[in-house]
Amino acid sequence: MKILVPVKRVIDYNVKPRVKADGSGVDLANVKMSMNPFDEIAVEEAIRLKEAGKAEEIVAVSIGPAKAQETLRTALAMGADRAILVETDEEVEPLAVAKILKAIAAEEEPGLIMLGKQAIDDDANQTGQMLAALMERPQGTFANTVEVDGDSVTVKREVDGGLQTVKLTMPAIVTTDLRLNEPRYASLPNIMKAKKKPLDSKTPADYGVDTAKRLTTTNVSEPPVRQAGEKVADVDALVAKIKALGIA
Amino acid sequence: MAEHGMDQETFGQFIEQLERYVRERLIPAEEDIIANDRIPEDILDEMRDMGLFGLTMPEEYGGAAMNTAQYVETIRVLSYALPAYRSIISINIGMVCSALKNGGTEAQKQEWLPRLAAGEIACFGLTEPGSGSDSAAMQTTARMDGNEWVLNGTKRYITNSPHAKLGLIMARTSKENQPKNAHVSAFLVPMDTDGVSVGKPDKKMGQSGSHIADVMLDDVRLPADALLGGEEGQGFRFAMQSLDNGRLSIAAASCGYGKRILDTALRYSTERQAFGEPISQFQLIQAMLADSRAELYAGECMLRDAAARVDAKEKSIIEAASAKMFCSEMCNRIADRCVQVHGGAGYLAEYEAERFYRDSRIYTIYEGTTQILQLVIAKNMLRDFAAGAQR
Ligand SMILES: Cc1cc2nc3c(=O)[nH]c(=O)nc-3n(C[C@H](O)[C@H](O)[C@H](O)COP(=O)(O)OP(=O)(O)OC[C@H]3O[C@@H](n4cnc5c(N)ncnc54)[C@H](O)[C@@H]3O)c2cc1C
Ligand SMILES: Cc1cc2nc3c(=O)[nH]c(=O)nc-3n(C[C@H](O)[C@H](O)[C@H](O)COP(=O)(O)OP(=O)(O)OC[C@H]3O[C@@H](n4cnc5c(N)ncnc54)[C@H](O)[C@@H]3O)c2cc1C
Repeated sequence: MKILVPVKRVIDYNVKPRVKADGSGVDLANVKMSMNPFDEIAVEEAIRLKEAGKAEEIVAVSIGPAKAQETLRTALAMGADRAILVETDEEVEPLAVAKILKAIAAEEEPGLIMLGKQAIDDDANQTGQMLAALMERPQGTFANTVEVDGDSVTVKREVDGGLQTVKLTMPAIVTTDLRLNEPRYASLPNIMKAKKKPLDSKTPADYGVDTAKRLTTTNVSEPPVRQAGEKVADVDALVAKIKALGIA
Repeated sequence: MAEHGMDQETFGQFIEQLERYVRERLIPAEEDIIANDRIPEDILDEMRDMGLFGLTMPEEYGGAAMNTAQYVETIRVLSYALPAYRSIISINIGMVCSALKNGGTEAQKQEWLPRLAAGEIACFGLTEPGSGSDSAAMQTTARMDGNEWVLNGTKRYITNSPHAKLGLIMARTSKENQPKNAHVSAFLVPMDTDGVSVGKPDKKMGQSGSHIADVMLDDVRLPADALLGGEEGQGFRFAMQSLDNGRLSIAAASCGYGKRILDTALRYSTERQAFGEPISQFQLIQAMLADSRAELYAGECMLRDAAARVDAKEKSIIEAASAKMFCSEMCNRIADRCVQVHGGAGYLAEYEAERFYRDSRIYTIYEGTTQILQLVIAKNMLRDFAAGAQR
């Protein structure tokens, strides 16, 4: 079985994002970028499946600027076997990403497509679901555990009420949640080996996908600064305060 | 020919992973290491898997073939965490691997470099009870008996010796001192050889999790090919070359730890209130922070420049000694200010400032005390002056 793992290059999770003065988006100039943490979890899970003998090959895909190569190299250094970069300098919306992934899946015929449940930059949480719909294949989102058995995959999903178990017939789409695993660090020897693994370069046009934007962002703003709290003397004062604020 | 090292892009990727490893794994494990005075085996295994023991070994021996600039940058990044992490890898790389690379025979390299790169621990034995700074005055002897070397003597303060599989041991091969210290030779000693014993680890001021002990050599018989390079009288030269490398490692450790210490002082100063304000608002506190920041920057610049000169194969004795001297003293000044910024809390074991102060203290002592480095710098200045080559 082959596993396809899409990885996105996003603002590093340790960086405090700053909004551009004109409110058009987050300022990414000279900001540290790295692999979307949920995608790292997907890469890790794919490697574990391969190590357990449940998969033969892991193909990492990234859709984005030339620099997304670095993200793919990280996936290769972690343990993916080869990579495909679909290069574009435009911002690509989840629907277009899903269309490109569908085209790649048609060529690669993976048994599993493992995506992060969302990317930490736009928090869209859509790509996996859209891909499943476009491919008309089953989906197991917010995966907490993934077990492959023959031609099916059992996914425990993190839902509000607890864990929901679904069994999907492969090919299937799985999106990863935070607690699925703890991704490994790429070791120095593996980083050096990754340099020699194949990385194909493509464009959206190669897959016949029009990436023109369907959505318009009207404004991006910083979260409001948290107001300082206030200490109250006793319960009566608290109740009075709550009433005054009109939040009861 | 200049040392190019790893390709820069691959190196950058590694540093990114290392920074994360330090932040997410090594720093959270510090308290446990301090409490038990040892690095847990699972972390050591991870460090081996990460490739940290093979940074500068040539690729054909299982290493990453970093040049000096890349090596010291790696040490600087690693040294943001507890010093014991650097200590456990640095003797392998900075001292023993460097001596093997510079002086080992092909057979010696093939036997030991892959094992060291894979994380078998090595130690480096130069210092003795009666000789530290004046290391060429050593009393440990090696004599030929038939076809074997026989070593006798005691080495003191030997880092990692309680864990080591291999010791690179300096011993005198002639009774009388020789010009250029040609009475000293270097030996590759498997630590399980009969007659080798290691004392109880010494209690130290700081650097928890890193161990030093005496190494006793009692009629230790070694095959003829245990002599490094197969040639007598070269040991001191190899040892000094290793120390040049080791000095930049201490400079890098001082810069990395210095940054950690300063970041800690800065954070505390914004959190601690006095006279109704965070103490970071007081200009006398700001002066301590600013001086530290400027000195740290100076140290980092010296470190990078000295390493670049080593890679360019330029003469760099003065620069390497200066970088080690300045950076180690700088780290101690920052640690002292960090305690001061913490006020009474800085004196308590409960706060990190206290151990930063103790841990830093060794950096001005080993691999050449500040005074010995002053002598090295001045001696080379005078020599250059006499040769009419002052810059
Ligand atoms: C934690 C730790 C780890 C160590 N690890 C190792 C190791 O792995 N391998 C190893 O071989 N050694 C190791 N050492 C030994 C270390 O290198 C020596 O302690 C160091 O070289 C100083 O030697 P000494 O202790 O004998 O001090 P001394 O040489 O006795 O020096 C005492 C003082 O006299 C000063 N001094 C000496 N000579 C002169 C001079 N000519 N002019 C002016 N001042 C002078 C020194 O600067 C110092 O201030 C370690 C030591 C420690 C504490
Ligand atoms: C071992 C020990 C024994 C002690 N014994 C006693 C005792 O018996 N009885 C007792 O009452 N106390 C005792 N103390 C407390 C001690 O007196 C205080 O720790 C000391 O006064 C400093 O106060 P602080 O720790 O709150 O530091 P802080 O006041 O928080 O100072 C932190 C830093 O800010 C600086 N700072 C503060 N204000 C300013 C300013 N306006 N401008 C510039 N810099 C400023 C300080 O110089 C310091 O560098 C003891 C402390 C220790 C560690």
